[in-house]
Amino acid sequence: MINADFWKAFARNKGAVFGLVILAGILVLAAFASVLFPGDPWDMATAPFQPPLSDGSPLGSDMLGRDIAAGIAHGARVSLLIGLTSTAAALAIGVTLGALAGFHGGRVDDAIMRFTELFQTIPNFVLAVVLVAIFTPSLTTIVAAIAIVSWPPLARLARAEFMSLRTREFVQAAITTGQSNSAIILRQILPNSLSPIIVSASLMVATAILLESSLSFLGLGDPNAMSWGYMIGAARTVIRQAWWMSFFPGLAIVLTVLALNLVGEGLNDALNPKLARSRG
Amino acid sequence: MLGFAQLFASRLVKALAILIAIVVMNFFLVHAAPGDPAMVMAGEAGAADEKFVEQLRQQFGLDRPLHEQLATYVGKIAQGDLGFSYRQQRPVWDILAERLPATLILTLTAFLLALAAGVALGTLAAITVGTWADSAITVVALLAYATPIYWIGLMLSLLFSIQLGWLPAFGYETIGAGYTGLAHAADVAQHLILPVITLALFYMAGYARLTRASMLEVRGQDFVKTAKAKGLSQSHIVTRHVLRNAILPVITVAGIQAGQLVGGSILIETVFAWPGIGRLAFEAVLQRDYQVLLGIFLVTSVMVILFNILTDILYGIVDPRIQAAR
Repeated sequence: MINADFWKAFARNKGAVFGLVILAGILVLAAFASVLFPGDPWDMATAPFQPPLSDGSPLGSDMLGRDIAAGIAHGARVSLLIGLTSTAAALAIGVTLGALAGFHGGRVDDAIMRFTELFQTIPNFVLAVVLVAIFTPSLTTIVAAIAIVSWPPLARLARAEFMSLRTREFVQAAITTGQSNSAIILRQILPNSLSPIIVSASLMVATAILLESSLSFLGLGDPNAMSWGYMIGAARTVIRQAWWMSFFPGLAIVLTVLALNLVGEGLNDALNPKLARSRG
Repeated sequence: MLGFAQLFASRLVKALAILIAIVVMNFFLVHAAPGDPAMVMAGEAGAADEKFVEQLRQQFGLDRPLHEQLATYVGKIAQGDLGFSYRQQRPVWDILAERLPATLILTLTAFLLALAAGVALGTLAAITVGTWADSAITVVALLAYATPIYWIGLMLSLLFSIQLGWLPAFGYETIGAGYTGLAHAADVAQHLILPVITLALFYMAGYARLTRASMLEVRGQDFVKTAKAKGLSQSHIVTRHVLRNAILPVITVAGIQAGQLVGGSILIETVFAWPGIGRLAFEAVLQRDYQVLLGIFLVTSVMVILFNILTDILYGIVDPRIQAAR
């Protein structure tokens, strides 16, 4: 799937290339956070309320003298980690349910789609807040809560793909040759339905990062992990005196999510060329 | 009209089923919460005496089998009893009812604004496709999609209230001003501007993109060519022929996203100290007041169901074929 043609199609979308460059920068920042900013980002590094461009703190410091730049670098790790793992978990739930519904049809499909509809009706952010608050905030509960509220679109997508592929000749051939259902689902249909699923998953990482930042903005982040949403939430009350404390972490979120969305659109153009051309 | 009534009735049955499922889910969440509910209640009431806990357990039927407890719980909810908040020493429903109007004003205004402005901008982008206006709208939509709404709220209040001093930064009304009648309405409206724009912006961006794509698709269809051939004016074709068809997927998506909009009000109300259910959720999280939190979950779910019915009605108005087809 990833060959010269893929890159050619991807590179035709200028925004996608731009997004990929930003994303690479953020990945480097996350990977080298402890080299660039050694020490605990929770520790006092300089005097409190230092404005940006002051000595030793390029982006300023917060109410407790913690370095904003260090917080952003360490927060990048948490955001990316939660974004990727919760998307993986949502994929596992969504694609499994969608595949079963689309492959079997009939009553199984009915039951699964009712269940999916229920989860689409529930205000998902409210459910995430309730889940994390009740099961106490930690990386695990946050990832689980985000996965639980974000799988329905993936299930719908996988279902639609499986339904259309199920009637195709190669699947019918596999059924006639007596392959087991699980072999057909995993080896025949799944590989052929991957492109749209990959595109949706890349966009979902962005949504998951936004969700995580919103949870930690409300004080529902992992108390041991520095995160962008926490930084904004904590600095909210002093925004009159110190705009930089909430401005820079927010900018980090915008750049990351924007980069992921752009890359997702590029993937869409490269993996679903028919669709991209018809969009006009 | 029979078709529409039937559609409406079937939607109501579906809504009821979803509601029951949410109530059952709520029940299991109460039980999944770490710690015995009786112990939690005793702790919240400020006493951890073993005898008192035992008494609470009996009083709330916590010593009964789970299915019996579930039946009692569902029965209570059906009577409008959402439990009791020991933190605030008041029934949960009373606390929620007091906050509900503020949230309804905020979310409904934002929902309608997002829909109207999104469709208008998307139409503009589709008419001017390829020009600077189209690109500008696309870029703004892309940015709005990537920005956390609570951060937009903070930055807007930094600019418009703290720097420029044009609009109030937080609250529902000017405290102590004692406005009545129209002056009071104007005061509330002024406080409403920033929260509504912040909440609407994200969805507006999405609807603008969707309207644009949908209009570009409809524009190429045969009936539009026919309309042109008949010599109809450009504005008539755009509004009556293209837009009316292109708007349908936008309304569908708006209905699906109603839940997110209601959830987003937690963040917006926290940022702007808007005294609604969202702000209450933030306070309940801080105090770990699970009874209130679960009550909010239920009430916001009902709100989403109502928003969905609203979009169904909108759909029926825009596309009369729905009544015949379903």
